[in-house]
Amino acid sequence: MNATPKIYGLLAEFDTTSSVLHAAEKVRDAGFRRWDVFMPFPIHGMDRAMGLKNSKVGWLAFLGGVTGYTTGMLMIWWMNAVDYRILVGGKPMFSPFGAFPPSYELTILFGAFGALFGMLFLNRLPRLHHPLLKHKRFRLATHDRFFIVIETDDPKYSPLETRKLLEDAGSQRIEMVEE
Amino acid sequence: MADAATPLKVPVPVPPPELARVPLVQNQRSFGWISDRVAAITEGKAPKWWWAAFIPSFSLLCLLGAMIIYQISTGVGVWGNQHPVMWGWDIINFVWWIGIGHAGTLISAILFLLRQRWRTAVNRASEAMTIFAVMCAGIYPAMHVGRIWRDYWLFPIPDSNGLWPQFRSPLMWDVFAVSTYFTVSVLFWFVGLIPDLATMRDRATTKIRQFIYGLFALGWTGSNRHWSNYEKAYLILAGLSTPLVLSVHSIVSLDFAVSQLPGWHTTIFPPYFVAGAVFSGFGMVLTLLIPLRSMCKLEDVITMRHIDVMCKVTLATGCIVSYAYLMEFFIAWYSGNPAEQFHFLNRAMGPYWWGWVMMMSCNMIVPQLFWFKKVRQNLVIVFILSILVNVGMWFERFVIVVISLHREFLPSNWGYFKPTWVDICTFLGTFGLFFTCFLLFMRFLPMIAVSEVKGVTPQADPHHPLAKENGGQH
Repeated sequence: MNATPKIYGLLAEFDTTSSVLHAAEKVRDAGFRRWDVFMPFPIHGMDRAMGLKNSKVGWLAFLGGVTGYTTGMLMIWWMNAVDYRILVGGKPMFSPFGAFPPSYELTILFGAFGALFGMLFLNRLPRLHHPLLKHKRFRLATHDRFFIVIETDDPKYSPLETRKLLEDAGSQRIEMVEE
Repeated sequence: MADAATPLKVPVPVPPPELARVPLVQNQRSFGWISDRVAAITEGKAPKWWWAAFIPSFSLLCLLGAMIIYQISTGVGVWGNQHPVMWGWDIINFVWWIGIGHAGTLISAILFLLRQRWRTAVNRASEAMTIFAVMCAGIYPAMHVGRIWRDYWLFPIPDSNGLWPQFRSPLMWDVFAVSTYFTVSVLFWFVGLIPDLATMRDRATTKIRQFIYGLFALGWTGSNRHWSNYEKAYLILAGLSTPLVLSVHSIVSLDFAVSQLPGWHTTIFPPYFVAGAVFSGFGMVLTLLIPLRSMCKLEDVITMRHIDVMCKVTLATGCIVSYAYLMEFFIAWYSGNPAEQFHFLNRAMGPYWWGWVMMMSCNMIVPQLFWFKKVRQNLVIVFILSILVNVGMWFERFVIVVISLHREFLPSNWGYFKPTWVDICTFLGTFGLFFTCFLLFMRFLPMIAVSEVKGVTPQADPHHPLAKENGGQH
């Protein structure tokens, strides 16, 4: 056991959506990189206030969809027209029209997997441990409070000035979070 | 150029009171109130009414188990399915249950894409309804094959026979549609639950609750970097579920429409089935939520405005279904096909005329009452009408399956279908499965999408005057 536990970051609490949004703009303009806003529901305009780019989940879902459609078409062609040919009512062994409905469903299925697992991958979830989740006050982040956390790993972090920035941004309650 | 930068002083028009929108959450409730009220349903002892509903539901579930064991050990002959009606209550109930599921996906996906913010109050419970309804539906096709231990033949799994499924059959498309529908509905539901499971984890008072909710919350912290990806994934899932829900009942209708049978062989089936499915699903949502909102004291979240809007959707889809019924008759006459014409006369005047009358009165006449605001505001009447909608939709499937099959081209091939006690008990048993699952869901999971409802309150908008102070009543 270390006598002085490592500090993970500074936790600043806010009461309203408007105050946390304006505070996030100030932190963004100060040039921080390793910081985040925590809130019980997504606040409209927060991505811009934090300077985030558009999420990449869409590409992963698209990749899933393409895989699904290709899998469906190739699978049906190979099974019904190559590996075991069965003639039914004089219909062609393979027709893209008859193979379309199952392939369409597989497009959606794999696309949905792409969206879900893509989101989890980009968020590095599931994660069963996080320094913030040990913090008692932080539990309100899923209830009715809003938090800004600036990590000590950020190159711009300095214990006094960062605290001052968050105070000036309107936070009434700033705490240190241990690793 | 300096003039252009001066903001114009345009007076903001204030709408007259009669045009002002009713708020989605009444009494200006705070964020904390919403999570407290919704989580309270799962915390503390189960109320007496919950047990009063759970015990009969669970008994019916046991009945379903007994019926399934009896059917599997004896054979499909225990049902009333007899030549020429080889599809009986099994397919009626399959289509009926899966149709009920469709309202959940409509609410969660299509209304999300259409930015109908009122959906947030009802989407979680409706999605749960979808999942449990599809489970009830799935039992029937799995069992009606007779040799249930061969069910894996439906899936493209290599087996020792070296055979593959025959993909030119709509029944095969159905397997893919229904299993995809179930999987994607569960995924969509789970994605919506993640932030709320984190809320449940963070307010847990016991170690076990904290561990289990924490496990399923996947370590959600509410980080905006996560929310950004999350919202995009949610939007994509909504975008994928929309064509999915439209395709599922279309493909179910193709099970019928691809055949040559009068009454089945019609091109109107796919859109008509989808509209009917949404119609019956909204009926079921109303049946479930009208008692629940008062039992769980959620009147401020599921407001009269929500009930009103859902009645209007029921009315609109009811009108589409009525149009389809009339159009089927018109086309039968206009086609000049004697087999088709005989079938439709037989629907209305044959031995099963009562099924047709039930369908027409419950699906065409009953929803017309929703034109009146007085009716939409009376919860007792809405509750009764919502049940009648599902009675009517059950008879619609009865009309389509049984009346079409019992008298087809050759009179020597005619018959009369009667259900057996096993048919009836199995159907009752599926209600047991449905309500047992639903009651467990509302006891253990947040039945309102907490984070989404918080997001539609006025103080959630950072530019609203209420967001500047810590607004909301506790």
